[in-house]
Amino acid sequence: MIPELGNFALALACALAFAQAVIGIWGAHRRDVRLMAATPGLAVGQLLALAASAGALVWASVSNDFSVINVAENSAIAKPLLYKISGTWGNHEGSILLWGLILGICGGLVSVFGRNLPSALRARVLGVLGGTSAGFLLFCLTTSNPFFRDFPPPVDGRGMNPLLQDPGLAFHPPILYMGYVGFAVPFAFAVAALLEGRIDAAWGRWVRPWALVSWCFLTCGIALGSWWAYYELGWGGYWFWDPVENASLMPWLTGTALVHSSIVVEKRESLKIWTVLLAIGTFSLSLSGTFLVRSGILNSVHAFANDPARGVFILALLGLVIGGSLLLFALRAPLLRSGGIFAPVSREGALVLNNILLCSICAVVIAGTMTPPFADLLFGQKISVGAPYFNLTVLPLAIPVFIAMAVGPLLPWKRGRLWPLVEHAWWAALIAALVGGVCAFGMKLLPALAFGAAAWLIIGSFAEVFERTLLFRAPVANSVRRARGLPVAVLGAAIAHAGMGVTVAGIAGTSLDSNKIVEAKVGDSFSVGGYQWILLGLDDAPGPNYRARVASIEVLKDGRPLAMMKPERRMFTLQQQTTSDVAIRTNLFRDLYAVLGDERDGKAVLRLHVNPLAPWIWLGALIMAAGGALSLADRRLRVGAPSRAPKAALPA
Amino acid sequence: MIARRRLMLLAPLAVAAAGGAAFWAMLTRMQDGKFDPHDIGNPMLGKHIPDFDLPGVAPSQGFSSKELIAAAQTQPILLNFFASWCIPCASEAGTLDELQKLGGVPIWGIAYKDAPEKSAKFLDQYGNPYARIGADMSGDVFINFGLYGVPENFVINRKGIIAWHIAGPLSDDLVEQQMMPAIAKAKA
Repeated sequence: MIPELGNFALALACALAFAQAVIGIWGAHRRDVRLMAATPGLAVGQLLALAASAGALVWASVSNDFSVINVAENSAIAKPLLYKISGTWGNHEGSILLWGLILGICGGLVSVFGRNLPSALRARVLGVLGGTSAGFLLFCLTTSNPFFRDFPPPVDGRGMNPLLQDPGLAFHPPILYMGYVGFAVPFAFAVAALLEGRIDAAWGRWVRPWALVSWCFLTCGIALGSWWAYYELGWGGYWFWDPVENASLMPWLTGTALVHSSIVVEKRESLKIWTVLLAIGTFSLSLSGTFLVRSGILNSVHAFANDPARGVFILALLGLVIGGSLLLFALRAPLLRSGGIFAPVSREGALVLNNILLCSICAVVIAGTMTPPFADLLFGQKISVGAPYFNLTVLPLAIPVFIAMAVGPLLPWKRGRLWPLVEHAWWAALIAALVGGVCAFGMKLLPALAFGAAAWLIIGSFAEVFERTLLFRAPVANSVRRARGLPVAVLGAAIAHAGMGVTVAGIAGTSLDSNKIVEAKVGDSFSVGGYQWILLGLDDAPGPNYRARVASIEVLKDGRPLAMMKPERRMFTLQQQTTSDVAIRTNLFRDLYAVLGDERDGKAVLRLHVNPLAPWIWLGALIMAAGGALSLADRRLRVGAPSRAPKAALPA
Repeated sequence: MIARRRLMLLAPLAVAAAGGAAFWAMLTRMQDGKFDPHDIGNPMLGKHIPDFDLPGVAPSQGFSSKELIAAAQTQPILLNFFASWCIPCASEAGTLDELQKLGGVPIWGIAYKDAPEKSAKFLDQYGNPYARIGADMSGDVFINFGLYGVPENFVINRKGIIAWHIAGPLSDDLVEQQMMPAIAKAKA
């Protein structure tokens, strides 16, 4: 009964979303106050229906209702409770429902926090969100319905892919989707602005927090995925330039550009058309990325059940959403008038440079990801594009971004000069050069350069904060008073930029790893990365729904015992699949990393790594997201702030 | 000026439309089975094997492309690229061993970028199913065969042409469902 209610709630949500689209857009077009006032209620209703639907699926999974095909195929009685819940979105059907639910949450939040928005703009934004939602819910209902039943039900389910049975991955999809789907709101604002034919600073103030929230989630989601790859796949790497990874990186890059260009719209009423295009582009990339991966066009290690019939529906839907919004853009963008003009050397100029570079990186990533299927389609050639291409093309574009990131915020709006930058940031450049120079002894050029860049980013990002607080140049009390008055957004930006530096340091450090694949029998000892590793034992251990083989490895440094590491190999009997449970010991400055491979004739294959600074990669991403979140707390940027009288609310 | 501006604003739509059309073509061809992005393929499939002459890995003798073709004239040969440092190679060792015991097809091996003493140690440990083993220390033969990684497996037919190929380790299922039918066809 409960799954049927879930199915009904899903259909209801789809109907409400459709009504929301028609009433919102038509009502705003007719300037009908009653119709426009009805949209927030519809959005909240849609959200409640979706929550009920998702709840029903969780219920079915937790109560082991194997008559529901989706539960039978992805769950099992022995599966731990956490994964029974997270498993509902770990498969194709459930993840589409989650996608719809998050889109519903976005609509609900716009309704609740958008009371101060001009009612026509709000109705249009909700209308666009409703239309997008209706399409995806229809997709869920017709081709990917998680509530379909089958009789008679099997005694036990087939269980989930053991690789996904992991706490990190349990929360990876929701966080990543919050990022992807969150960009639907800037997208809806962009389309609404095109429908209205005008954009003002208030629009920028509305779009920025949404873009920022989505960006923070996307940053965390990507970091979580990469961390999972690092500790679960056991290949010792953290980023493989796999199409699925690239699919999440593309909207992150354009989303980062959007976060920055919307500042210019807000403060200077400039770059309007470009910002609208970025908002459309970011959401389009979010959509195409996630859905093209599922259609099976992109060859990836991440397997989804590929079904070309679904692909056709998705493609038609993408065509409608992306094609429709870009057509509207081509027709209506000329109506958007830009305000402020600025010199090339200015804060605006720096942000434009940032946008150009980020979008170039994105273009390079798209080209690399899309070349294999396109070459196959057009020329029948089998090509694979891998890490060497991406490293070679992304790096030269990333370096100017890093250079500009630290000093860009020091430039004044409208018109600036380069000399004051040198005056304010020479010490950061000096420290960076010193770090790079010291590193150049004893390591290769590229890592040394990267460490220099990391130092430049971490220290240089705070140049503006130091500048504003007159640190070391005024009495301490004076500096503290100035620090109190510092806009939170300035601090947030500095922290986010420094976070990038931490990530760069992590990447550079990890590139200096030492690793060894060895064949060991109990008692054997190896030396890797200045540590001594001794295999003490190989034992069997039971697990809830797997059997494990555990290696006990003692790690010694200079003869003193440092850590006991227990990497596991887990055999999942139900799925007949083996996963490796990597043992990682970190002290934040280096990771000891051990993987247990196959065994034969009493000898086990061990993979031993020492990865310097590896945790910094994800720590940096967290710092970036924290900086973004801090920036959200700025009172000038509070979500409800823009009032109905836009002129009075404009910032001085 | 205004016309050019309009054209620029149309560009994103044009790009998206072109991309959409291409994806549409890929999807429809995937449904017809004419397009498979997951098939890594091999550029040498259906072609004559490239020329080479490799030293051996003790105790086996090395071989040249001419010797391989000469041997393939009596019956098709499975050519397996492996390396001692490659974990999937160890995982396919059991399948290769069984194949050799059955005796249906002679297996010739090429050790890719592997010191001969390491290859020998690998064979000691995992068994030696190979009739002949060549050591491709420089990796030139690997490149001429258009390999993607190790292990990869080729069936060479009577005429010295690559009749079948798979990138990745052989499994019992693969042998039964794909390789054996290909060998039967190569014999005919």
